[in-house]
Amino acid sequence: MTSVTDTASSHDHDEHLHGPAKGLMRWVLTTSHKDIGTMYLWFSFIMFLTGGAMAMIIRAELFQPGLQIVEPAFFNQMTTMHGLIMVFGAVMPAFVGLANWMIPMMIGAPDMAMPRMNNWSFWILPFAAVMLISTLFMEGGGPNFGWTFYAPLSTDYSPPSTTFFIFAIHMLGVSSIMGAINIIATILNLRAPGMTMMKMPMFVWTWLITAYLLIAVMPVLAGAVTMMLMDIHFGTSFFNAGGGGDPVLFQHIFWFFGHPEVYIMILPSFGIVSAIIPAFARKPLFGYTSMVYATASIAFLSFIVWAHHMFTVGIPLIGELFFMYATMLIAVPTGVKIFNWVTTMFRGSMTFETPMLFSTAFVVLFTIGGFSGLMLSIAPADFQYHDTYFVVAHFHYVLVPGAIFAIFAACYYWLPKWTGHMYDETLAKVHFWMSFIGMNLTFFPMHFVGLAGMPRRIPDYALQFANFNEISSIGGFMFGTTQLLFLFIVIKCIRGGAKAEAKPWEGAEGLEWSVPSPAPYHTFTTPPDVK
Amino acid sequence: MMQQAKSLFLLLAGLAVTGSSRAAWEVNMTEGVTAVSRNIYGLHMTILMICVVIGLIVFGVMFYSIFKHRKSKGAVAHQFHESTLVEIVWTSIPFLILVLMAIPATKTLVEIYNTDEADIDIKITGYQWKWQYEYVGEGVSFFSNLSTPREQIRNVRDKNPNYLLEVDEPLVIPVDKKVRFLVTAADVIHSWWVPALAVKRDAIPGFINEAWTNIEVPGTYRGQCAELCGKDHGYMPIVVEAKSQEDYDAWLQAKKAAAGKARELTDKTWTMAELMARGEQAYNKVCAVCHQPNGAGMPPIFPALKGSPMATEADQIGAHVDIVMNGKKGSAMQAFAGQLSEVDLAAVITYERNAWGNDTGEMVTPKEIVEYKKTGEYIEDPAKQSMPDNQQASL
Repeated sequence: MTSVTDTASSHDHDEHLHGPAKGLMRWVLTTSHKDIGTMYLWFSFIMFLTGGAMAMIIRAELFQPGLQIVEPAFFNQMTTMHGLIMVFGAVMPAFVGLANWMIPMMIGAPDMAMPRMNNWSFWILPFAAVMLISTLFMEGGGPNFGWTFYAPLSTDYSPPSTTFFIFAIHMLGVSSIMGAINIIATILNLRAPGMTMMKMPMFVWTWLITAYLLIAVMPVLAGAVTMMLMDIHFGTSFFNAGGGGDPVLFQHIFWFFGHPEVYIMILPSFGIVSAIIPAFARKPLFGYTSMVYATASIAFLSFIVWAHHMFTVGIPLIGELFFMYATMLIAVPTGVKIFNWVTTMFRGSMTFETPMLFSTAFVVLFTIGGFSGLMLSIAPADFQYHDTYFVVAHFHYVLVPGAIFAIFAACYYWLPKWTGHMYDETLAKVHFWMSFIGMNLTFFPMHFVGLAGMPRRIPDYALQFANFNEISSIGGFMFGTTQLLFLFIVIKCIRGGAKAEAKPWEGAEGLEWSVPSPAPYHTFTTPPDVK
Repeated sequence: MMQQAKSLFLLLAGLAVTGSSRAAWEVNMTEGVTAVSRNIYGLHMTILMICVVIGLIVFGVMFYSIFKHRKSKGAVAHQFHESTLVEIVWTSIPFLILVLMAIPATKTLVEIYNTDEADIDIKITGYQWKWQYEYVGEGVSFFSNLSTPREQIRNVRDKNPNYLLEVDEPLVIPVDKKVRFLVTAADVIHSWWVPALAVKRDAIPGFINEAWTNIEVPGTYRGQCAELCGKDHGYMPIVVEAKSQEDYDAWLQAKKAAAGKARELTDKTWTMAELMARGEQAYNKVCAVCHQPNGAGMPPIFPALKGSPMATEADQIGAHVDIVMNGKKGSAMQAFAGQLSEVDLAAVITYERNAWGNDTGEMVTPKEIVEYKKTGEYIEDPAKQSMPDNQQASL
């Protein structure tokens, strides 16, 4: 699709360009999209392990009925923090990290459009995360009202640390909005000559749309937590029925943010697998144009389906019907994407290196998550599914294989470009299979206990749910420990390994493969010519 | 060896047929015992089957490609990458399937929302962490608390078959009657859910949501709170007993008679020892979930009562009565004036002022609570002072 004429530029000018500074200050002051991307990815991995450790505590407590390891009050803090850290600490920063590293290289830009703001967007994150986690050690404990923090449990009935939680959410929101502005500005202004919108790689397209979603909904979340702050400290009653407020208003506002948010966590994945599947099928992506339109349709629909999270709150019949129909519609563009990926594989010439394994698993498991999503959209049936483990199974099927597996696929796919070395393929395959089996063992039985009637967010459960919970916990421990192997593989790859060529994958397409591996500190200081 | 294999087989066969082991491996939604629950089950199975069929086709093509179109098998990649016709086909077919699916879903939803012409109205109020059932117009109202003993939760004793799904007083309703539920909450949001009835309605403070059921089969049906409502969200089960009309009428009469008995107790002259004994019971049932059985609480959310100024200082007795009766705004402390009888209120306050070494020797009587309800102020009843000292000393 694209070809490059000016690949030698970076080498010729190396002496005039300054390399990275030395020591710690390189990372504090850097404005390089590559350094900032690296920091985002490491930050995200640390958060992934932190949130994962909390999941291990949850699964350990749920291994058997009865209270064994933690108290209910602490259990609630674990489920809340696990959700918040995974969403805001692990998945979102990982995608921003990938965007930072790859978007400029994919569109032939020298860096992000606003490099200094880029530095600031990252450096807000560690402080926000430390503040959020520090609430666990405060008097009264950390947030314990679920990652959805429904009022009035999160206002009148919340621990004193909630104020810190609110501040942390504000900081995370500021970081996300700045990151999104930067990505939009970069994509719209810094494309190499000849790189028209409809020639952009899918990853760039999906991130462009994701960035617009972020700008649209993060301020809504900021509004919700600000109203909470006012209710807690300044005597307002936005969400307090006793003062003339409305607890359901909170849910409308939260999910107006929350539903686009779940697409923010999946659209960049669509872009990643749309790059990897063609590369390893050695065949162009089927239906590029329809992929772009499907992504845009999903983004649009994400704004008009929020109340499907609220089918049981008692919204009027007409509202219930509207949100049911709108939600069912999402299955259409999502189906188009899945059919396109499968057709891309069809009559290809496939090999199954680790990025392809993770991408194939993505398609299968994300589809299963999509099926349970379609089931949840049927409002009458949702009266039985809502707030049970069926929902937990559903969103972990779309988030773990959806977001996390795609991030793993992206890491393995681009690690040679980042480090200049090939990763250890055998270990990576072990990582894949352990993750695949562990993930399914953890989350598939949750469909069963959910349908059988187990509510979510409980530290203890009735005896008929015991067997499947035990299996889930074993799967969870397996999935959790396997991720340490990923850390080992990445470190090993950074420290050495077979030399990676500029284009280590036979079927890979795109400008990023036209620069040497590892990518020089400065790339595309002269824009490439895209035909 | 043969013997061992045989006994193992018998054991496995036994596990497969006993009801409890079947339940432990339950993988699907219940069909339930109402017309609505059966419709919902039907929708659930239909959409599941649609998903399975689509899944088989999509994954079939995918795995066929994975096995056949491999480079290692000499597959050469074709280069086709576009077909408007194919895109239109796989956009319209799913759309049509969804339209067909939406029709029965809409019908069932309309049915669920039709709360008209109910035979019985029951108001359900969610509290942290119990349910109140009020039979509208009958003057019958009671709380339903988890009855599973603490020792079972702490794994000290073996667990009952209905562990965490049992209550002290179940909701009783007649079969073959349209029962309307008016669902609300007193503090945070809860959700009243009984799978066999396919009723799940959020209980929201300031709102009254409507739901209904018409149970066809007498029996006991169990459910749980479905919306995270704080620390003991996992410990507020729901039990519904569906009885024949005659049994239900008899139960309702007995309930009304019991309410009359409870009123007589208020007029009785209570001794310290009696109040302490009753207070301990009521405290452990109602107050201990937050303030803990030893009165130490879980500060700062749930303050300690042991040694606290309010429960120990003589001039704070009015404030103590006040907070128990009216709760504390903006905190988890509920208003118990409407939840407990005058006797239990007096007993709990007396217990809190004398247990765990608080030892004030002060006593609050049911009559004083009755007075408080009338005047809104705690006025000490001089008559109770005439009680013999030795009764207090015996504590």
